[in-house]
Amino acid sequence: MPAYYLEALTVTLGIILLMAETFCSCKSKAWVGISAAIGLAVILCLTFIAIGPDAKPDACWAKWPMWNFYNFDSLAKFYKIFALVTTIFVLLLAVDYRKILARFTEVPDSEVGTGEFYALPVFACAGMMWLASAKDLAGAFVALELVTVTFYILVAYMRRNVGSLEAGVKYLILGALSTGFLVYGIAWVYGATGTMSLAQISETIPHLKDTTALHFGVALVMVGLGFKIGAVPMQVWIPDVYQGAPTPATAFLSVGSKAAGFILTIRFFTPFLANEATRGPVLTLLLIIACATLLFGNLAAIPQTNFKRLLAYSSIAHAGFLILALAAWAPETAASLGSIKVVSFYLATYLLMTLGVFFVLAQVRIQRDGESISDFNGLGKTNPLLALALTVLLAALAGVPLTAGFIGKFFVFSLAVEAKLWIGISIGFISAAAGFYYYFSVIRAMWWNVSTDNKAIALPCISKVCIALLTLAVLVLGFWPQPILALLK
Amino acid sequence: MLALLVFLPIVAFIAILFGAPARLTAIAASAINLVLGLVAVATWKNASLWAFSLPVLDKPALHLAFGFTDGMSVIMVLLSVIVTLAAVLSGSAPEGKEKLYFGSSLLISGGALGAFAASDLFFFYAFHELALVPTFIMIGMLGRGDRRDAAWKITIYLGLGSIILLAGLVWLANLTGTYNMVEMVKAAGHIDLASQKAIAALLIVGFGTLVSLFPFHSWAAPAYASAPAPVAMLHAGVLKKFGLYGLLRLAIPLVPEGLQFWLTPLLVLLLGNILWVGYVTISQKRLDLMLGNSSVMHMGYIFLAIAALIAFPENPLARSAAIVLMFAHGISIALLFGLADRIERSTGSLDFADLGGLAKSAPGLAFIFGIAAMASIGLPGLANFSGEILVFLSAFKSYNGTAGLGPVQIACVLSIWGVVISAVYMLRAYRNVFQGPAVKSTASAADITCVDRLPAILLVLALFAVGLYPNLLLNLLK
Repeated sequence: MPAYYLEALTVTLGIILLMAETFCSCKSKAWVGISAAIGLAVILCLTFIAIGPDAKPDACWAKWPMWNFYNFDSLAKFYKIFALVTTIFVLLLAVDYRKILARFTEVPDSEVGTGEFYALPVFACAGMMWLASAKDLAGAFVALELVTVTFYILVAYMRRNVGSLEAGVKYLILGALSTGFLVYGIAWVYGATGTMSLAQISETIPHLKDTTALHFGVALVMVGLGFKIGAVPMQVWIPDVYQGAPTPATAFLSVGSKAAGFILTIRFFTPFLANEATRGPVLTLLLIIACATLLFGNLAAIPQTNFKRLLAYSSIAHAGFLILALAAWAPETAASLGSIKVVSFYLATYLLMTLGVFFVLAQVRIQRDGESISDFNGLGKTNPLLALALTVLLAALAGVPLTAGFIGKFFVFSLAVEAKLWIGISIGFISAAAGFYYYFSVIRAMWWNVSTDNKAIALPCISKVCIALLTLAVLVLGFWPQPILALLK
Repeated sequence: MLALLVFLPIVAFIAILFGAPARLTAIAASAINLVLGLVAVATWKNASLWAFSLPVLDKPALHLAFGFTDGMSVIMVLLSVIVTLAAVLSGSAPEGKEKLYFGSSLLISGGALGAFAASDLFFFYAFHELALVPTFIMIGMLGRGDRRDAAWKITIYLGLGSIILLAGLVWLANLTGTYNMVEMVKAAGHIDLASQKAIAALLIVGFGTLVSLFPFHSWAAPAYASAPAPVAMLHAGVLKKFGLYGLLRLAIPLVPEGLQFWLTPLLVLLLGNILWVGYVTISQKRLDLMLGNSSVMHMGYIFLAIAALIAFPENPLARSAAIVLMFAHGISIALLFGLADRIERSTGSLDFADLGGLAKSAPGLAFIFGIAAMASIGLPGLANFSGEILVFLSAFKSYNGTAGLGPVQIACVLSIWGVVISAVYMLRAYRNVFQGPAVKSTASAADITCVDRLPAILLVLALFAVGLYPNLLLNLLK
């Protein structure tokens, strides 16, 4: 099966769901979410039998000019799987989150008009999958906008909630600004090299007499990409938008949108990092951004009292570690994994940990009606197993050994030590120490503080299974990371 | 077999989580581990019997690997299994918290065993961290007094210490190009002096924080004072020795010249442990705080042995001294914390002002506590004496009368004063708690029961065995 069928199927699924939802009179919209998740799961299975033109050069579809815009290497496959898995979990989270969603939409406390909330992530997923295959800046830009525009709607979905509306406006304005930077930067790159194709850019760079214009373009594109991945200087929107958006949309933003941003960053920077002429300045730029992002994300997270906001800062902090891995650019060798695989591995572990935390957060939001750290007080007494799972997930985010999070950080630091980025390493370690502090403040609240509300949280079936699955995966990958690395082969 | 030893407590923890009877499972697992530990002492040289290796990662090559590289690992594993059994036997969980109480104790034990048995740097570090998390949670949840502050303090101190340590370890692994600890030591010669100095500083501060080296020690006393008995026993007795073990296993062979550079500051710091913390210990008004501080103070002696080893690398006596004292201190402090918990259960207080004359109503307790206190002071015939005398001898090993006293010898002379200090606080504590007229809380206190005697006797036996015949351990180190 040609690989681009996957995106086509995903978009088709989204359109069918939108239509079906319009004509169905069911009061509960849970079925839309469930069927979207099932549909995506089927597409996920199909990913493993999808092939590119190299596998079957004689087929008529393999000769289409389409393949000038679209490639299907192992990296593309990995990020397609990543996007699908994220979206499936987000949809399941949204199904359990219906009650809160219904409270703030068209007709309060009824699910009328909430159906699109389950169909839109499918479109965003198609955009992310396309991004993973981007080979050309024009195509990448269109795919990225498909993701961003979908998110404009998802973030502001709870339109009777001031926080959600505020988040929507902030996301829209800064998103538009960053798109401007991105297009302007792409224009400069095109002007300097005369091509949009990343492969041809790579061939052109050695022949350029003057790379100033190109560097300017790269810096502008980095600003635009920084918005997607949550890097300084475009990180300011993250705390407010994460806090205001509906929790499933926040989870989707912090995992899906970030990963989409990173695959594009990897694709975009590969030609510049492969060429001697441009590598130096680009690495300096990345290192500065990495250090600033690490410091901002980790230090600003320390005084937070709202858990969702804390997770926003934590998402900035993790972006810092990921950019540090790129700043320590290394190709894959016999002894080292190389930056691309390290970033991909880190993102995969980040997916598991963060989505697990969001599942718990959503249930606390629904049943204790709050998202601040003090709402987790006494969880260790009322729900010991849930608290244990959240402890594991947070410890993984903090980078405690024998969890998947530690291996990710370990890879990043190994790369940075090899590249001798001493400043980046020192700041990374300071950040990891700060991370310890703020993640453990939630663990402290759960186990040591006494709650005023002694009611146990009743976990719905879907959340229970998802949390257990994600926690177990975090633990198993903590001492046996091979499965993810095998996917990256 | 070593993998079995490490994973048995962890499997037992999971079993407890899923409903196995907590206390019984914990005792059974620790008892089996004790047997395995004793078998290990007899047969550890047979590497094929004990070694275990499972490739985890290709790039960089990591193995989930266990193995006894030398007698030091065997002794530390033996210490862990003895203290674990004593800890789960003497612990009494608060109502309804048995799962957490015994499960966490097992997890701490599994982590410590994993760290001492690991032959791969990655898992050496990782297992220690695994043991820390339940320690924090237990102190915060089931501790006494201002448990939250104490738990938060230990979390931050040890978290920071571990991260500094990690920086040093990753750097070492990068320079030697391998994570296998045996291979690392073989590649030791290639590290340049500047890196050695920096790594040595990171390792001294990192491992030092974990061992409560002065001035990074202030987490220890409050944490031990508020920790539930098994946690205090396991942490002070076993887990804390991880830092010393790491210094002996990695820092000394890999960065000897870097450590030389920091020798004088290290000597000042260890005198801070012995003298400063020693005086702080004398002024304590509660038994638990006093024991916590005394455990910090005694770390100074082990650091003295390490300093002697740094100063004269051809000094096998110093290495043996450090290891014997680590073992002896681990056993004696576990015994003391276990008994302090017992005193609190029968009198309801550990404040010296509320106690007195306990020997009349609880003679058995008084007798065993007396032995533990004497061991801690360093009375000949008990294990600590063997350790301390070896430390002092090793510090003078390379001394020749013509050259005058070197820095290590001066530090040694000063630290002998610590023996007097520990006699003062231990004997005063004994007098305050057990002698004099009985007061209200102690008049009707129950004596130690047969069941409670079991763990105490186990530990006392270990103290006497090593005290009377230190070759038991020294032979393992040959």
